[in-house]
Amino acid sequence: MNDVPRPEKLLPWAPERTGEPHAAPPVPAPATGPSRRGPGFAASTLLAVRLAWRQLWSEKARLASAIAGVLFACVLVFMQLGFRGALFESATNLIGSMRGDLFLMHPLTLASFRPEPLPRVRAQQALALPEVERAAPIYLAQSTWRNPVDGTRRTIQLIGVDTAAGVLDFPGLAPLVDQLKRADTVAFDQRSRPEFGPIERLLAERGGPIEAEIGNRRMEVVGLIEIGPSFGADGNVVLSEVNFRRVVKERQVAAVDLVAIKLRPGTDLGAAQARLRAVLPPDVMVMTQAELRAHERRYWEEATPIGFIFAFGSIMGLVVGMVIVYQILFSDIAGHLKEYATLKAMGYSGLYLSRVVLGAALILAVAGFLPGLALSFFLYDLVGSATFLPLRLDLQMGLSVFAMIFCMCASAGLLAVRKLRDANPADMF
Amino acid sequence: MNPVELRGVCYAYGTGDLRRPVLRDVDLTVGAGEIVLLTGPSGSGKTTLLTLIGALRAMQEGSARVLGEELTGASEATRVRLRRRIGFIFQNHNLLGFLTARQNVAMALEQDSALDERARLARAGELLAAVGLGGHEDRVPAKLSGGQRQRVSVARALAADPGLVLADEPTAALDKASGHEVVKLLRDLAKSRGVPILLVTHDPRILDIADRIVAMEDGRIVNADEVVG
Repeated sequence: MNDVPRPEKLLPWAPERTGEPHAAPPVPAPATGPSRRGPGFAASTLLAVRLAWRQLWSEKARLASAIAGVLFACVLVFMQLGFRGALFESATNLIGSMRGDLFLMHPLTLASFRPEPLPRVRAQQALALPEVERAAPIYLAQSTWRNPVDGTRRTIQLIGVDTAAGVLDFPGLAPLVDQLKRADTVAFDQRSRPEFGPIERLLAERGGPIEAEIGNRRMEVVGLIEIGPSFGADGNVVLSEVNFRRVVKERQVAAVDLVAIKLRPGTDLGAAQARLRAVLPPDVMVMTQAELRAHERRYWEEATPIGFIFAFGSIMGLVVGMVIVYQILFSDIAGHLKEYATLKAMGYSGLYLSRVVLGAALILAVAGFLPGLALSFFLYDLVGSATFLPLRLDLQMGLSVFAMIFCMCASAGLLAVRKLRDANPADMF
Repeated sequence: MNPVELRGVCYAYGTGDLRRPVLRDVDLTVGAGEIVLLTGPSGSGKTTLLTLIGALRAMQEGSARVLGEELTGASEATRVRLRRRIGFIFQNHNLLGFLTARQNVAMALEQDSALDERARLARAGELLAAVGLGGHEDRVPAKLSGGQRQRVSVARALAADPGLVLADEPTAALDKASGHEVVKLLRDLAKSRGVPILLVTHDPRILDIADRIVAMEDGRIVNADEVVG
């Protein structure tokens, strides 16, 4: 097997083969002074990354398992962060869909599903300021809803407000205002979970109001609004203050849960907020819509383990991914110690070889992230339609996950680089 | 100035009670274009001497000037730079298994910013043709025979126009015919360029290529014969 084909033509400078007398070398010895310059940092980094790529590409099974590891970590982090964002988002669906300028809330209210009542008179007191145009009290309560098709009962969130006052708005509410003035009418949240019944289809079939049962009272659903399920409630209905009291009879009129305030057009929101704070007693907080939503979200983030659970899940994904990438890089180096030592003997610096390893790590980061991103898009769609959670994958989230995967691979690479020290060119001989 | 000048080089492994000297007061000179064979029994310090000259190890005692660079007290960066001007041929070919023969030879040229990718590959092709591997440039080492692989490493060692070639038992893994072929090739190419070679070997079959044979024993140079003819 060691058959060596003779060179095609004799080497012109091999004197004993051509029979020429031993002459001076035809090619002068090249000047190899110490002035020879290596390529610049960027150019040599490019060469190092190319070498890393060639090494990875040569072992496709190993490359595939490394990419699968990164992809796994990537999808896991995307899903965890997606669930986290979606849960916080949906936790605040109810508050988030209330459209108003300012809100009054009792300082002890932690979350909208368990409100601390405040005196209804605060709504009137707020009118003392000239910039306040109208103030409407909001009643929140939970009651039971009977599915009109199969008769099962579920808890539903009632939002009682003077819908005609034009202070508080929900998406889709405007055309229903007149119908909601009638007795025992409600507007149903079309994004409620399907267990509440196919209300949207029934309304379309009937072409008019349909009957429903809320808290043992026969009500009429006159139309659809959009709120979406939140942690506290799977479904919502909006109804007028009077109708609210018909369903929740034990509720005192003087104890309201929120007050929505409409300001005169052109009023400075911050200034009005400050003046309201000065005027009203300390048993109410004056909040903008964004502040109200942040307050609700903070409850779920801080007072529940939800935020921690998802952060923990993301970290676990990153750790597993890092271990996989580290293992791949480490065994790559361990398996090629001789080659790395040879490169060192050829004058490649340790820095160059570190860049080869880090280059491999970053190739894996990109090669795992892109399919991970695509798979996550698909899974977001799939899971989103199955759970009705508002999973959203936006640019900012994509970038931050890429940054995490990038750091994960880079730190795995940095850990693996230490193994390069074992490649000692002096042991090559 | 001679490419290699060693004066009073001593080297020992271990420290304290375990200190074991392997080189004792070695003087060695390799002249320009000279081919020197270093022979001797195992443990005589040949390989240690080679790694010192190749700047793969830090000097301990004595003076070593290689290609005009003083190695005693030289920094790691200086040694790395010096290695770029030395061609190494190892006992096992030590080619990168995931690169083709041409890419392997081109690796030796990537340290030189004067050449671009096209020039590197062209030059690698020329060298492979010179070692008789024209037509095999795009094979990976696993698809080459032992002799062919060692010829690729000869091409790689010579690619960057080194000022010195160091070889350690280049024929140990080869049969007689291909071993002889490889060292002949190495000698011819080195002679044509005026590159000196320092070659460590046990192999009596290749002694005829040398200008001079240096025998070592127990860390000392015992005789330095001039080869006649």
